[in-house]
Amino acid sequence: MNILVTGATVIDQTGTRRADVRVAGDTVTEVGEELAPGADDRVVDASGRVLCPGFVDLHVHLREPGREEAETIETGSRAAALGGFTAVVAMPNTDPTQDCVEVVEFVRRQGERAGLCHVAPSASITVGRAGTRLVPFAELAAAGVRLFTDDGNGVQDPLLMRRAYEYAAGLSGQFGITLAQHCEVERLTAGAVMHEGECCSHLGLPGWPSIAEELMVHRDIELVRLTGGRAHLLHLSTQRSVELVRQAKADGLAVTAEATPHHVSLTDDRLRSYDALYKVNPPLRTMDDVEAVREGLADGTIDAIATDHAPHAPDTKERPLDEAPPGMLGLETALGVALASLGMDVADVVAAMSWKPAAIAGLEGRHGRPVAPGEPANLTVFDPNVEWEVVPATLASRSRNTPYVGVPLRGRVTHTIFDGHLVVDEGVATR
Amino acid sequence: MSAAGHASVPSPAGRSLLSIDELGSAGVLRILDLADHMAEVNRRPVPKVPALRGKTVCSVFFEDSTRTRLSFETAAKRLSADTMTFSVSQSSLNKGESLRDTIETIAAMGVDAFVIRHRSSGAPWMVRNWTQASVINAGDGWHAHPTQGLLDVFTVRSSLGRTGGLDGLRVAIVGDVKHSRVARSTSAAFRALGADVMLVAPRTLLPPVVDEPVTERLDDVIGDVDVLYLLRMQNERMNEALVPSLREYTARFGLTPERAARLAPHTLVMHPGPMNRGVEIAVDPAELPGAVVTRQVTNGIAVRMAVLFDLLGSGDPAASPAAGSVPSPVTSAEGAPR
Repeated sequence: MNILVTGATVIDQTGTRRADVRVAGDTVTEVGEELAPGADDRVVDASGRVLCPGFVDLHVHLREPGREEAETIETGSRAAALGGFTAVVAMPNTDPTQDCVEVVEFVRRQGERAGLCHVAPSASITVGRAGTRLVPFAELAAAGVRLFTDDGNGVQDPLLMRRAYEYAAGLSGQFGITLAQHCEVERLTAGAVMHEGECCSHLGLPGWPSIAEELMVHRDIELVRLTGGRAHLLHLSTQRSVELVRQAKADGLAVTAEATPHHVSLTDDRLRSYDALYKVNPPLRTMDDVEAVREGLADGTIDAIATDHAPHAPDTKERPLDEAPPGMLGLETALGVALASLGMDVADVVAAMSWKPAAIAGLEGRHGRPVAPGEPANLTVFDPNVEWEVVPATLASRSRNTPYVGVPLRGRVTHTIFDGHLVVDEGVATR
Repeated sequence: MSAAGHASVPSPAGRSLLSIDELGSAGVLRILDLADHMAEVNRRPVPKVPALRGKTVCSVFFEDSTRTRLSFETAAKRLSADTMTFSVSQSSLNKGESLRDTIETIAAMGVDAFVIRHRSSGAPWMVRNWTQASVINAGDGWHAHPTQGLLDVFTVRSSLGRTGGLDGLRVAIVGDVKHSRVARSTSAAFRALGADVMLVAPRTLLPPVVDEPVTERLDDVIGDVDVLYLLRMQNERMNEALVPSLREYTARFGLTPERAARLAPHTLVMHPGPMNRGVEIAVDPAELPGAVVTRQVTNGIAVRMAVLFDLLGSGDPAASPAAGSVPSPVTSAEGAPR
């Protein structure tokens, strides 16, 4: 089946223009004005909507293998497709850990079986994410892994991390791999459930101080300076972290960074409800931090919006805050939160959700491509103006832990084309 | 329950006491006035009234606290309520059912009030979403212990022979404020009555942000306070390097004989118990004329009776089995709003 998208505002790295786009097979075949529908064409009327390269999420937890009661690769892929993502990087904190080719291949195959988006497995930096021995980087890179991270935890040992950057830098002639750090000095966050500040003081909850993130941001920037390695800093949440990355980029270091939708939209006072829906790691912080992260995205210090989609089964989020696991859903609300919260041009939001993360993930050959003939048909169509509210029961994710109930969102994906297939049609998943 | 339901739970039917802030100044005064009359009941030869006959109060303790549990259960029994106890050690809770299942199971047996103690801050707020029964916070994590705050201000008010508020009273709360639900609730209760509260602690034992003025120099203030409130210093804090040693803590923040000699004659010395003798209090309280530590314990019963009656007492004197036999103040409470 061919697809003809008509009347769209096309946004990609070459600019913004009105155009019709024809897809045949897995390829964009024609981009132009007033394309005539062929007999076989499925016509998608995108008047008033944006067509752009599919979104790429650098940071999702799909929970399979190991925690299928919270999410599976299929349900998570469906959530991704509905959020306009044509590729997601699956975090390695599965059980077993994605620290060897076998598990990584399993995740990739499950993604292909679901057929809703490109599931690109990451791998851990250390075996079992235990922080003591390095994984076989070259073997995993040869199997296609480009992003390595112990996400869920930061690598605490500075010696091991130095070795990891050095070793990874040595592979750069062969494979471009990136080490992604969850920045948290755990000695400073033991028992912490929320941001350390005024709210936690009143609520009697152990605080997660900003400096626990900033010390590791600083450490890894300096390790990159020392080793010539490449770092991607996950889910930046504090004002000072943003400043450190801004300086590192000004120094010309190979450092990239991401921020989540929740860190640009929610603050720690949400925890006044004692509702574990708002428990996340790193924690929701203050309005000053939110504004600094927004500014970091706006000026390009922070390269990408990544969801840190973290499904948890309902009973686990009904526990007291110190017992409940951290994390929130993000895939299906990311665009709506970004457009409602960031005050950035739509084209800049698209950049931060598409070609910029595609490059960091090493997926730039297939995702985040310009909308042009001959390019892979991984595309997203969204209405940038529609206002909506999330209804948890209708989410495709197997879990319900969205923090956005009752929060007005703006902008919603209507169609997602993955490998030439219309996997989301008028907001409904077709697979 | 879905996340949506969880986030938008309507106010449940049961009235609850979760924190001094929720109770407000007027509520604190209402409880104290009621407690005056409950104290009168407790002085009778037979300290028991039928005010809550037919009501069931269940203490659910997820953390050991024999003192608080006994105090609540005694209070309930003096009002003729039936009592049940459910206590779980943390280890068995971890293997067993969830907090929600526990509460819903007990609620299904028909209870009018839960008295809940939990090591997690906020747990009673969650419990309130899951039951129609009244919920009384008997201590949650580092957060709140409102009946302790109430019994503390009740003790001060009755010791000073005052009625109404405590305007202008100078209170120093000394010690580990950071990890103390007592400090949070007691300070809130004093401030709700107009007292001036100061915290005396090293920076490491304070939460990151406090509303009260702070000093690290107990010696600068000890001669000028009306109430000296000593908090329990727990040995575990040593492991976290929050103070260099207990010896140094006592030297800087303990009530030593030298400091006791500088107290004004009228100064009340309070402690929530259990005391670490030789640490925060290095004198024999029996030798301190202003020490009211045992009075705090005694008053705990009257205050908890007042809380239970305030939440569970019948609004209709004629329908209450307590009619005619309850102390007069109870009648006045029946006419109170809410």
